[in-house]
Amino acid sequence: MSSCYLIKNGRIIDPKNSRDAIGDLAVKNGRLVNAGEENIDDAVEVDATGCWVVPGLIDMHVHLREPGEEYKEDIISGSRAAAAGGFTGVACMPNTRPVNDNRAVTSLILELAAKASTRIYPVAAISKGSNGESLAEFGDLREAGAVAVSDDGLPVRDSQLMRRALEYAADFGLAVISHSEEPSLSHGSMNEGEVSTRLGLQGIPTVAESIMVYREIALAEYTGKAVHIAHVSTAMSTELIRSAKKRGVLVTAETTPHYFTLTHEAVEGYATNAKMNPPLRSEEDRQAILQGLADGTFDAIATDHAPHSILEKEVEFDAAANGIIGLETSLPLSLALVREGVIDERRLVELMSVNPASILGLEAGTLSVGAPADVTIINPQIAFHYTEDKVVSKSKNSPFLDWKLQGRAVLTLMGGRVTNNLLN
Amino acid sequence: MTTGYFFPHRHILGIDHLSVDDIHHILSTAESFKEISSRPIKKVPTLRGNTIINLFFEPSTRTRLSFEVAAKRMSADTFSISASTSSATKGETLIDTARNIAAMNPDTIIIRHSFSGAPHMLTRYVDAAIINAGDGTHEHPSQGLLDMLTVRQHKGRLDGLKVAVIGDILHSRVAHSDILGFTKMGSEVFVYGPSTLIPHGLDRLGARVCRTLTQAVEDADVVMTLRIQKERQHDPLLPSFREYARRFGVTREVVALARPDALVMHPGPINRGIELMPDVADSDRSVILDQVTNGVAVRMALLYLVMGNAPVSG
Repeated sequence: MSSCYLIKNGRIIDPKNSRDAIGDLAVKNGRLVNAGEENIDDAVEVDATGCWVVPGLIDMHVHLREPGEEYKEDIISGSRAAAAGGFTGVACMPNTRPVNDNRAVTSLILELAAKASTRIYPVAAISKGSNGESLAEFGDLREAGAVAVSDDGLPVRDSQLMRRALEYAADFGLAVISHSEEPSLSHGSMNEGEVSTRLGLQGIPTVAESIMVYREIALAEYTGKAVHIAHVSTAMSTELIRSAKKRGVLVTAETTPHYFTLTHEAVEGYATNAKMNPPLRSEEDRQAILQGLADGTFDAIATDHAPHSILEKEVEFDAAANGIIGLETSLPLSLALVREGVIDERRLVELMSVNPASILGLEAGTLSVGAPADVTIINPQIAFHYTEDKVVSKSKNSPFLDWKLQGRAVLTLMGGRVTNNLLN
Repeated sequence: MTTGYFFPHRHILGIDHLSVDDIHHILSTAESFKEISSRPIKKVPTLRGNTIINLFFEPSTRTRLSFEVAAKRMSADTFSISASTSSATKGETLIDTARNIAAMNPDTIIIRHSFSGAPHMLTRYVDAAIINAGDGTHEHPSQGLLDMLTVRQHKGRLDGLKVAVIGDILHSRVAHSDILGFTKMGSEVFVYGPSTLIPHGLDRLGARVCRTLTQAVEDADVVMTLRIQKERQHDPLLPSFREYARRFGVTREVVALARPDALVMHPGPINRGIELMPDVADSDRSVILDQVTNGVAVRMALLYLVMGNAPVSG
């Protein structure tokens, strides 16, 4: 197992160093070193011709299901899926069983993460038990290794609690991630519109999301603190975030590959692998999401990777659990945006590496000399057929099964260790 | 019996996937079966040896009995399972229930379920023909078909008519099937009810959403009234039945706005005095009981037609 690599002739795209040029990258003892200067005779050479060499991709919103629902996914299997998808780091949400609202669960996650194929950054709960009543011990959680707090899966119903969370989290350098949903408007199983009417399914209107997005923006603006909006799915939310940013509000936002690729039409035939929360929206919403990715309204692409087994998905639509996996399809679907001219290569790297690292305060998202050797090598041309037998995650609940995808990570290095290798 | 038409459907899941020709064929077949029910010996051997299972997860008087009567008059063996006395109470999933039933080789399973899409799901897991007897708020195709048969009988045609549908459209699978059916056959459906009970995007299904009762009912050939359902717990849809009755109830005065020969229809059960006044329900313009009689004939037709598409074993 070599600790030295020389990645040759790749297109190095490193926005933080304003670099986009063909060149070589050298790795020694888990860190990036100067390719020209260091003595790395025994380095393994990696031919990256025709490939992009970028700072390791980071997915800032995944569910790893451990502790408590390991039959769906666990930290090891989830990290393998992440590495296969080109990720060197993932932030995992606290809606485990038990909820990650204390040092003990955070420590457990990090202990298991030591053997994982990606770096694991725990997101801890905003409230004890995520019950929305009182704050979790942010100081303790920060010390234990949490990078952010969120009650993801659920909204924080009580506005006063959310206000206090924004204020208190800032004291400990923890990002606050909001699952924005007005619960009284959210009784339904798909987007409210002509498709839900046609299928006879109760719909969740777009305002269920945008009402809460506005609340978070208003609280952030009032307190002067930062908030990050998770999984944005609607045009109205995108516009609210855009205008808030113009006013100087400290709001950041992420969207997912399924919101920029699919619409509520994907539910046709009562497909439970098209059921998630927030739900797939209309084509108008999808276009607005694309616009938001192009113009900088969105800071990050994150998958909301939510594994569920056939127990939860092979049932009647109304009874099916919300969520789809996404780690292995995120990069190919995002590369399609580059091919279609929605974003350029630099913006892609910002959305999938630089900005997630910055929002979560991570030592990542850069290929500077001395930085940890978290590197993703992307072949944007390579085609592959994403069939169920090829899925790395324990769960197979993806609406992209059987899709022919183009572009993927062919080599992933985490701390100088190869975690995924298709190059050979 | 209309011969020479190939009816291509193995399952009856909704009106949405039936063509105009399919619908004409079903209605004509139903017409020809109708006289069996007025014979002294109400029996033909057409479906002898057939096993038909009624799997009802929601209460039903008309539909369930209607399917049973239809099946028995065609000499099939029918069995009924209702959810409250089945292993569903022990937590058995729908798929498991259906698979276990299918393992006893029924020819046809008729299912009513509170989840939209449940019949669709079953077609993926069992071999029998599936007939949708009402799924959630999605469709109730046999009801839509019997409504169309009733109108066709009295009006002689199904195109160029104005059909007014009044009431709780949001929760009514019957309304959805009627809207799809009548629109497909060339009529116009005008819908009226409280805004809280009109689903989003209904116009995309082909219905005209009216702002006033007059707009909906004026010169209508058919006035179809829907049952008002009890309030849903988390959804404050209506303040009271009293207010609904005063503002949206179909009374003599309302029916007077329609054509003099307009039909008054209701899928049943009726909340007398709320959505439909008793004197209207019992008037000579009401064809509500014709609907029920036609229901048996339509269901006989459906059971007969899906049997024609059973896979040939061998």
